[in-house]
Amino acid sequence: MREMIISELSQALHEIARGFAHFLPRLIVIVILAFVGWVIAYVVKALLRSILRLIKFDKLSENAGASQLLTEAALPSATEMLSRFVFWVTWLGVILLGVRALGILGLQDQIARFFLFLPRLFVALLILFFGLLAASFFSRAALLAAVNANVPSPRVLSLALRTLIIVFVLSIVFEELGLAEQTMLVAFGIAFGALMLGLAIAFGMGGRDLARRFLEKRFARGKKEENEDELSPL
Amino acid sequence: MKLAEESFLTDDFLRQLINVGEVDILVGLPTHNNAKTIGSIVHTIQSGILRGFPRERAVIVNADGGSRDGTPELVTGVSIDDVRPASNPYALRTLHSISTKYASSPASGGALRTILAAAELLRAKACVVMSPESANIEPEWLSKLLRPIYDDGFDLVTPTYRRHKFEGLLITNLLYPMTRALYGLRIREASSPEFGFSGRFGSQFLGQNAWNDGTEGAGVELRFTLAAIRGRYRICQSFLGEKDHVERHAADLVPALRQTVGTLFSALEPDFPVWSAVAGSQPAPTTGADHEVLLEPLRVNRKRLREMFSTGVAELESVFQSILSPSTLAELQRIARLGEEEFHYPAELWVRTVYEFAASYRKSVISRDHIIQALAPLFRGRVFTFLMENRNASAEDVENNIEGLCLEFERLKPYLLQLWKSRE
Repeated sequence: MREMIISELSQALHEIARGFAHFLPRLIVIVILAFVGWVIAYVVKALLRSILRLIKFDKLSENAGASQLLTEAALPSATEMLSRFVFWVTWLGVILLGVRALGILGLQDQIARFFLFLPRLFVALLILFFGLLAASFFSRAALLAAVNANVPSPRVLSLALRTLIIVFVLSIVFEELGLAEQTMLVAFGIAFGALMLGLAIAFGMGGRDLARRFLEKRFARGKKEENEDELSPL
Repeated sequence: MKLAEESFLTDDFLRQLINVGEVDILVGLPTHNNAKTIGSIVHTIQSGILRGFPRERAVIVNADGGSRDGTPELVTGVSIDDVRPASNPYALRTLHSISTKYASSPASGGALRTILAAAELLRAKACVVMSPESANIEPEWLSKLLRPIYDDGFDLVTPTYRRHKFEGLLITNLLYPMTRALYGLRIREASSPEFGFSGRFGSQFLGQNAWNDGTEGAGVELRFTLAAIRGRYRICQSFLGEKDHVERHAADLVPALRQTVGTLFSALEPDFPVWSAVAGSQPAPTTGADHEVLLEPLRVNRKRLREMFSTGVAELESVFQSILSPSTLAELQRIARLGEEEFHYPAELWVRTVYEFAASYRKSVISRDHIIQALAPLFRGRVFTFLMENRNASAEDVENNIEGLCLEFERLKPYLLQLWKSRE
């Protein structure tokens, strides 16, 4: 009995030692991979940061309105954000590639899915960036046109346009990422419909006088309103 | 005959040019749906040629931007016999009228390019471009714009007009003072649609100007004048008389800003070596009056101008933060809160505003077109102050005020240079 217990214990210890001996080289390889991955990711990050600074990416981001969003969220600049993002993706990518090579069961599928997801994530981020750029450009264009045409509440008009474009862009981004596609589709439909209905009601209720004045001015042969039109700029 | 420009001229137009042969005088007439006025304008031009240049070989070249009202046919169909009884001298040579469609939509750049190419191919000595919208054009205008070139060897003749003191405010408050301060030559109407030029300068501009830069439709007249200054060509002014009142709408201000201020701002970058070396300004030789001012009362809604200024400053704060310095913006916000009686947009602040806009335009802090559009409400504020300052002013007082503004532009030129260098 005693001998049996000792034998089982020594066998268990032997198996643990063998398991540890089997695992230790893999652990060392993973640590080395992590270190090599970190070095690669760091170099890529430094390179990307230099390139982004060279092409004045922060200015582009400022024009897109993305910088404002980042500042409000107490996040670093767009260049720093993108550099860090690429750093983590690269580091994680190298580690996962190593883990895959080590043949750890169960992780293969997850790793494959991760790498399949990366291009979609990149495209989604691009769409988001250019979407924000478009939202900023068109909302500013609307604001300037409204101010110069003396349209009431130009900032509201500009903000409405900006919101509409951002909602539209976000719906595309989520669709690209494959996250809650149905929910986003329904949410976008509801938000868009509500906005249009709101605008229609606002126009109908608030714009009655405006529409009447416009029609009167357009069709009635009244006294010509004195205004700056009589001054020729050139 | 040299056919250097055959690539963009149609075969039909080239045939017409070959039939004309060489000429001494070329009158360019850019048109687009001007059927109502073009007949009388062509008559006046023919009359001007018969009176002023009866012995010279002359041609009228119509560059049409896709008229749908038969304007080109009217130009070529006007008979010189209708003019002869009114003007005693007879032309000793044939007076040709030819026409071509340069595009399906109007663009002043395309029209001028066609006219310049025709002038080069026909080896015209002196050329003039007339506006089809000049309702009060006189036959003498041709001689006034062409004689300095034909007889005295000038290369560019810009007009001066008799104007109401509140007409052409973009010219008097920005274009003239800034062009004068930067380029050092006092040219009143640097972007007029009527001007005369020598064949030599026309060919030079045709060859050097970037016609396919996407801006060929806007401000080509100003680019033409600036090219003459830059190239040190001989420039003079000629007084034409009263400029007719062209009815414009509030919406015309932004296109006018794009056409003139946008062109001037975009020229500053390539012309930096030229304007940075200029100090002060010199008067341009002028035939007739340098300017004449009409003073009859004109009702203007000043309140609306001030309101649009104040609304613009409040609503466009985020845009101005990208363009203006904090001190200039703060000062604008202060005056935007003032009542109608206390409101005053001083010359110095206006000049600083314009210079900061020019520097921001160069740096493209936001879309360049948006920068130009953002200037419109501020210009309205400046117009309000100009109207208030000159409400009861005599012609001399108005001129003194404009001169004061010009000197302010010249005095603050180092500020623009400083902005320019700090934004390198």
